[in-house]
Amino acid sequence: MNVEALVLSARLAVCVSAILFVIGLPLAYWLAYSRWRWKFVLEAVVALPLVLPPTVLGFYMLLAMGPRGVLGKVWHAAFGHGLAFTFAGLVIASALYSLPFAVQPLIASFETIDRKLLDASAVLGAGRLRTFFRVILPLSIPGIITALVLSFAHTLGEFGVVLMVGGNLAGVTRTVSIDIYDRAQSLDYAGAGQTALLLLVISFAVLSAVYGINRRMGRRALMPWAAQ
Amino acid sequence: MYRDEAVPEFLLDVKLEAPPGITIVFGPSGAGKSTVLDCIAGLTQPDSGAIAIGGTVLLDSEKKVNLRPQRRQIAYVFQNLALFPHMTVERNVAYGLPDAAAHAKADRIAEILQMFHVEALRGRKPHEISGGEKQRVALARSLVTLPRALLLDEPLTGLDAELKGSIINDLRAWNSAHKIPILYVTHSREEVDALGERMIALEHGKIVSEGTPREVLEAPRRRRLAQAAGFENLLNGTVMDLREPDGVMRVRLAEAGCEIEVPLGHAAPGDRIIVAIRAGDILLASEVPKGLSARNVLEGKIASMERRGALVVARVDCGAVFSVHVTPGAVRALELAVEKKVWLVLKTHSCHFVED
Repeated sequence: MNVEALVLSARLAVCVSAILFVIGLPLAYWLAYSRWRWKFVLEAVVALPLVLPPTVLGFYMLLAMGPRGVLGKVWHAAFGHGLAFTFAGLVIASALYSLPFAVQPLIASFETIDRKLLDASAVLGAGRLRTFFRVILPLSIPGIITALVLSFAHTLGEFGVVLMVGGNLAGVTRTVSIDIYDRAQSLDYAGAGQTALLLLVISFAVLSAVYGINRRMGRRALMPWAAQ
Repeated sequence: MYRDEAVPEFLLDVKLEAPPGITIVFGPSGAGKSTVLDCIAGLTQPDSGAIAIGGTVLLDSEKKVNLRPQRRQIAYVFQNLALFPHMTVERNVAYGLPDAAAHAKADRIAEILQMFHVEALRGRKPHEISGGEKQRVALARSLVTLPRALLLDEPLTGLDAELKGSIINDLRAWNSAHKIPILYVTHSREEVDALGERMIALEHGKIVSEGTPREVLEAPRRRRLAQAAGFENLLNGTVMDLREPDGVMRVRLAEAGCEIEVPLGHAAPGDRIIVAIRAGDILLASEVPKGLSARNVLEGKIASMERRGALVVARVDCGAVFSVHVTPGAVRALELAVEKKVWLVLKTHSCHFVED
């Protein structure tokens, strides 16, 4: 088993989950409560990675991160080196790819909160931030856990985006799923099988935990797309 | 004036003043009662209008003043109470006091919990206490902030009369010290009787009547309100003539083909009106009554009888069909039965004149 690849994947998944938590909360809040009439366009954009082939997303990310891409230029100006085929590039691309897995459970969770609680908070003098941290967030804990766990698990298992954006650099961008692919290609079925089994077990454990938590919190599984 | 986006045809056109004390806002569902409260609290924005309290302007569409709900200092208890389910009773009550100094805050919370008799529940969460206790906690949470006004949207639905009475007494006790205006929305007659004081009747987004609850309920000005207020008999009629010295007018009931006397109202001969009579205000006789002060006696036949708990509802056909409440004892004594010929006696002042 390639421990280096495993550690790299775990590191990537932690970074992506943390970034999506920070970005996902305000984004989901806005998507859940805004009355903007063109909101559905942004909803579609957020959900896009669910249906887009990872190679397509990876391809556009690669263009954007390349020396002539917007992202690549900005990054180069700031840090003095390119973004493609680096760990940072991998984190950005993965975050985009896993965005719906973080945002949708949060939206579902925010939308189940009784609006009268938010009205009550407002008439008791609380501004939006206080309402968010004192009422919305504590009542969305199952959704938050679901969002974190799904972002983590989804990033852990991704392949196409990583291959397009990160390539296959040992210790930098070679994640577990790419390691499995490599080994299978070179007919090391025993090595591929060990890592594959480990990923299977982790994914199963993670999903069981999510369903278990949602059930204990007395809510339906906060994954509206999973039903389809 | 307020226009709801979701219901484009809904217009709220209301001008009201609420002095300190309880003002009941009464009317059928869909009349706009909750919308009035939402506008006052700032939770919905009317297209145009003005709201002020004790000299502070909360909303003035002409001057472009519109305070956010957070800055209005108006307490609002919703029908579902909206207690924060993840907080204890004490933290719910403390929610509106984030800036107060710790000891002053603790004193105020202790005082209000005691006032509403829920000090023993301070450590419990909303799902661990009863319906009546939740209502007390919701009131305590709203009033601990010392609001400038209190809005109550059917807060006591689902409680028995005794419990309602005791909570209303606690509310009155609190307000005898603080003297703020309280707008109390309800469509329940029972609550109106318990609350007394002042009343506004709302229908289709307009105030149709205001005064003491007795004035509003006893002289209904609109057919639907009359039904809401328990007038089982609503009869179409035409004013025949006015007898001002006697304080009455004669009204010809269209369906019944007979004339009755009704207290004088703002009507002229030839006007089409509605006469509202409570089923419980009609006397029923098995022989032609004699020597009565009542001026209106109608002959008819019992069309049906139905037992409802401790009373019997008799439907009597006098041309128009009247609902009459009688006791089971009276049914036996008068040997009332379907097809039996009877006489209805209506006191003039039990016949209420309603504009159509």
